[in-house]
Formats: sequence, structure tokens, C-alpha cells
Amino acid sequence: MMQGFLTLYVVMLAAVAGYELISKVPAVLHTPLMSGSNFIHGIVLVGAMVALGQAHTPLEQTIGFVAVFLGAGNVVGGYVVTERMLQMFKRSDQQQKRAAIDDDEEQSA
Amino acid sequence: MSAWMDNALIPGAYFIAALVLILGLRAMSSPVTARRGIVLAGLGMALAVLVSFVHPEVMGNYLLMIIAIAISGVLALVSAKRVPMTDMPQMIALYNGMGGGSAAAIAAVELLRVQGGHEVSLLLAGIAGSGALIGAVAFSGSLVAFAKLQGWMKKNWRFPGQQWVNLLLFALTLIAGFMLITGMQTAGLSAPMLILAFFVMALIFGVLMTLPIGGADMPVVISLYNALTGLAVGLEGYVLDIPAMMIAGVVVGAAGTMLTQLMARAMNRPLSNVLFAGFGTGDDGAAVAGGDGSMTAIEAVDGAILMTYAETVIIVPGYGMAVAQAQHRIWELTQILRKRGVRVKFAIHPVAGRMPGHMNVLLAEAGVPYDLIEDMEDINDSFSQADVALVIGANDVVNPAARDDTASPIYGMPILNVDQAKNVIVIKRGRGTGFAGIENALFVADNTKMLFGDAQKMAQELIAGVKTL
Repeated sequence: MMQGFLTLYVVMLAAVAGYELISKVPAVLHTPLMSGSNFIHGIVLVGAMVALGQAHTPLEQTIGFVAVFLGAGNVVGGYVVTERMLQMFKRSDQQQKRAAIDDDEEQSA
Repeated sequence: MSAWMDNALIPGAYFIAALVLILGLRAMSSPVTARRGIVLAGLGMALAVLVSFVHPEVMGNYLLMIIAIAISGVLALVSAKRVPMTDMPQMIALYNGMGGGSAAAIAAVELLRVQGGHEVSLLLAGIAGSGALIGAVAFSGSLVAFAKLQGWMKKNWRFPGQQWVNLLLFALTLIAGFMLITGMQTAGLSAPMLILAFFVMALIFGVLMTLPIGGADMPVVISLYNALTGLAVGLEGYVLDIPAMMIAGVVVGAAGTMLTQLMARAMNRPLSNVLFAGFGTGDDGAAVAGGDGSMTAIEAVDGAILMTYAETVIIVPGYGMAVAQAQHRIWELTQILRKRGVRVKFAIHPVAGRMPGHMNVLLAEAGVPYDLIEDMEDINDSFSQADVALVIGANDVVNPAARDDTASPIYGMPILNVDQAKNVIVIKRGRGTGFAGIENALFVADNTKMLFGDAQKMAQELIAGVKTL
């Protein structure tokens, strides 16, 4: 177990990192980024697995099962939704190049 | 061998997983590297999950784990693949709620142990309890947000003294939580019953918090719950002594808080206003003086004429475009107009739609290139030179009352100066008010023509109209 103030420092640095990460992001990416960070906290699945792995009584097993179930949904759903969103950004980049070529052709025509 | 694995290999793998997750999130914050970012984060997550199967404290229940992951994973995969782009916001709310619920369930297991007489420090129990409360509120709150955006829950349910009921409930929840973490036993209440009461109250609190908040404010609320889930995950990560989980949770908690603030700022309202004022519910709408004029309706053909012979057209998409899935038709219309030599630009309000960037995502899906899309600050001065502003299912973000009417509940919110264009065409489904329930003077202005109908159908008719000219 991490000791008192050391943990506090780690938490402080992680918080600053998270804050800095978002503060300079173009508005275009706000929704994908919210979706992305939603996926990142899916790491709760890891904790849920550890909790279920230690469960002994049927009650603990049931709650642990629910925890893993919910956590897995967070991970898989969060990933797929984010990936789908960002996939469109890739396509629109290519489209932009194509549109730029179209414009050039129009001008030269 | 086993000791080496437990002391170095497993913590090392978690360390790498955390690093990769954070690098992935960082890559996601730039359009160029965003796709690489999510794949990277996915790899980190896969590593973390795989390592958890051999975590030294995991003793059994492997089959249960695999069953839970398999069922939930398949359900989430299918739902996330099938959902149309326009419904993404509520899916984020749903998956976020699941994360919060998972954190709360983890906490429940830990709290059961505390009540079962396990020696746990007060600090650790307190952190577990805080995570339980935050996770449970994020869970039920997110589900209400999901139901509202999905259209399952239309009313903004309010009653007099609601704030006081919420406050009382919150206080009771805190008391139950305090009894839980101190291992206090009360007459007539067994430990599982106390835990149950604590969670039920926390869940109801999350529901009551979210119910009165109107659809217009949902993006801010979802972002807030996203941050809360991150925080709850971070807290439970500490309790379970999994630093990777703690750090990832805290990073999301902080990033989500920042994002929530950015969104609230874009609407020029403090967060407390969003959560407690009940704006965006339609209740204040009646008090606002609506325009005295009447709306002028036109046919699509007339709109097509206006646009074809315009020099500059600015398109302002809103939630109506998302609902009607009209983005593809709109892009088609744009291309036809550009071929005719009309300069077409898209103007995006920071909170148009249900989330910041929501419109950008939809337009990107339709294939609209970036350089045609402008943010509010960049394009707002151009409206006065535009011949036509085409508003597609946007309402509050183009309401001049926000600029001119000090009595309006949205006064002070930055808006797109659509009313300054020579002609304004508004595609709108009906004559009702928008999500905020506020009358819009733009719709009755002399230079505004209303095109009543579904955005996709109207866009199609506009395309047909332009083609005949």
C-alpha cells in the first residue's frame, strides 16, 4: 500500500496531468475526448475483477459479478463508440484533401 | 518465480498499462493522432485486464468473471456498433453510468467486509464510502440522462421544495455512510440492510439531481458524471491498492472536470446554475415576452431560389439536423450550391446539439471538409455580409434574446449572430419553443422565413429546388 503523502503527491500530479490534457483541445474534439476519457475510466473493470476474485460469500460474488458486468460494458462500449467517432475524423481528413484537389481543378478549368 | 511475478512482473505490467492509457488519452487530444490514441489506449486496457486474471489477490471465481465479461462485452459491442451517430451522447451516458455503477459495486464489497468485522483503517473505509456515494450518483444520474436523451423520459420532473428534499436525502445518505465506515451497528439494522439503505438513498439522490435538468443542459451533466465516475474509480483504485486504476481514474476525474467547465463557460453559465437553477426546463419560458410578430412560412422552392442566387450562405446546424439525420443531405446541398459558385460555410456554436463538437462529428461523418466549418468566434462577424443564413433545427444558440434581452434566462450566453444576415431561412419541425422553452424573436423577424418540416425532407426539397433552377 502506498504511504500517505506519497499517494497524495501521485494523485496531485495525475490531476494536473488530466487538467492540462484537456485545457488546450480544439472544440471539435470535445465529444470524442469525453468519450475517450469515458473509456479510460473503464479500467474500473480491473478493480471489479480483483473484487470478484476475492469474493467468498454468495452475496459478495453476486455484487462482484455485477461490478465486472458493468465494468466490461464501460470498457467495450466506451472503446467502440470512441473508435467509431474518431474513424470519421480520419475519413474527413482524406475528404478534405480530395475537396482541395477538386477546388484546384475547378480553378484551373 | 511466483514471488518475482507478484512483486515485479504484475505491477510492472500495470505500470505499462497505465502509461499507455495516459499516452493514448494524450494522443486523442489532437485531430491528427486521435485515432492512434484510442487504439493505444485499447492496448493498454487489454494488458491491464489480462494481467488482472493473474493478480495475486485473485483467488477464484474465474468462470464468473469470464461469463460477466463475455455477456456484457457482447451486449455493449452490439449496441455500440448499431447506434446511429446522432445517438452517441446518450450511449456515452449509458457506458459512463455502467462505470460508475461498477465502482459503487466494488465499494459495496469492501464495505461489506468492513461491516463483517475486517480490520480496516477509518481512512480506507472513508475513501471506499466516498467512492461508493460518487459512483452510485454517477450511475443513476447517467441512466436518467440516457433515458432523457433517448426520449424515454420527456418531462422535467419538478416539485416545490425539491432542493430541500435533495438536501435532506443527501444528509441522510451521508449519515448512513458515516455509520457504515465507522462500523457502527444500529438496533434493528443489520449490516447488509444498512449498506442497502445507503446505496438506495445515493441512487435516488442521483435520480432526483438529474430529473429537473433540461435536455439543453444534458451535455454538461453527462460530462460532470463522467468526471465523477473517474473520481469514484480513482478512489476505489486506492482502496484496492491498484495504482494504475487510481491514476487513470484521477486523470479522467480532472480532465472531465476541466471539460465540464469548458462547456459551462461556452454557455456562459456557472455550473451551479446548470445543476440547481432548473433552467432549460421550460418553466421560465412563459415569463419571457415572446416576439409580437408572426412567423412567415415559405416553401422549399422559394428557399432554393434565395440560396441559389446568393453570394454567401452560412449554414447553422443544430440538434434538429441530428434528429433528422440530415447531415448527408445538407452536404449534398452544399456541394450543389458550391458548384453554382455560392460560397458556403458552416457555423458551429460551441454547444450546438447535445455535446460540444457534436455537430462537428456529424458533419465529419457526412464528409464535410474541415475548412468549410468555422467556430463561433471566427464566423460571427461574417453574418452581416451573408445573403442567406440557413438554420437547421437550431434554436437557443441563435436566439437574439441572449444578446439583447436582459430579462431573458439565457441573457449573456454567446450566440451566433444569425439575425444579422440579409435573409434567414429556418428549418424547423414545428412552431414550438426549443429545449430551453424560450420564445425566439429570430423566428418572427422580418428577414426570417420559416421552412416547417423534417430537416432531411426539407434538405431534399431544397436540393430538388436548386437543381431545377
